[in-house]
Amino acid sequence: MVRNVRLEMNTHEVSFFLHVFICNGKYDLVTVDSFFYRKTLRSQITALYLQRNDCIMKTRRDIFQAIADPTRRAILTLVATHAMTPGAIADSFDSTRQTISKHIQILTECELLTQEQSGREIYYHFNPNKMKEVAEWLMPFAKMWDDRFNKLESIMKKHKTNK
Amino acid sequence: MALKTKINAEDGKQDMLITREFELPVELLFRAYAEAELVEQWMGTKVIKLENKQHGSYQFETSNPQGVVVLKMNGVIHNVIPDELIIRTFEMENTPYPTQLEFLQFEKLTNDTSRLTMHVIYKSPNDRDEILKLPFAQGINMAHNRLEDILKK
Repeated sequence: MVRNVRLEMNTHEVSFFLHVFICNGKYDLVTVDSFFYRKTLRSQITALYLQRNDCIMKTRRDIFQAIADPTRRAILTLVATHAMTPGAIADSFDSTRQTISKHIQILTECELLTQEQSGREIYYHFNPNKMKEVAEWLMPFAKMWDDRFNKLESIMKKHKTNK
Repeated sequence: MALKTKINAEDGKQDMLITREFELPVELLFRAYAEAELVEQWMGTKVIKLENKQHGSYQFETSNPQGVVVLKMNGVIHNVIPDELIIRTFEMENTPYPTQLEFLQFEKLTNDTSRLTMHVIYKSPNDRDEILKLPFAQGINMAHNRLEDILKK
């Protein structure tokens, strides 16, 4: 039996919709509609779905993990100003080339860096769109405080007129 | 949807700024933090104790709709200047989140508007990021539970 379920979720009054197709007691396809959640939540839900159904998925690197490391943040800051070759990036650090190369690989896997071939050299560019995904994680937190403060404001406005 | 509340959390730092402008005189904004009955209303929590003075302390308890206490919070108050400043700590009991230090600055903008700036300092950049991710993680868990419920039907 196939069921198509549209779930409305609400967390801190941020609403989003999940479209779920249920087939033989397993959820089969999930999409998420929301102003705030978009891509990040969709990939999280997909990951959950795959886990629950014992599917093997290619591990997607956590962007937060990627930017938690000070060396990787330094690489991003460096490359943000201008595109650089891996050699030029490595020269800016005391660590070995292998270490820096591993950091570049992690940043590339989560698409914070993009590669561009120019002649015989590869140049790494900073991808600012990917950083916006990090900002999306912040949205529910900002929304939680905004809801609280809206409540504070309306309660105190009433308080003012009641006096 | 534009939010009136601005969060400024720079990568790799262990602090955060929460800023909000209110259509309220600064005196009323401050009272919303100073009086227990008002705190209960807008925070949606029970105020067990609130001594808004130097060397004072506070305790809040939040219950779920069934009346079971789900979160206990407490802190000590370091300094209070009416309509200007509250310096306090904040701790969520029985959670892995370390105590945080909060500087609440109240500012008059006009006779009818004011600004609140919360400067929150965490134990480490990672502890800050864990707190930032909490509401998002709750959303994921809720989605997960709802899916499980639907599957059981």
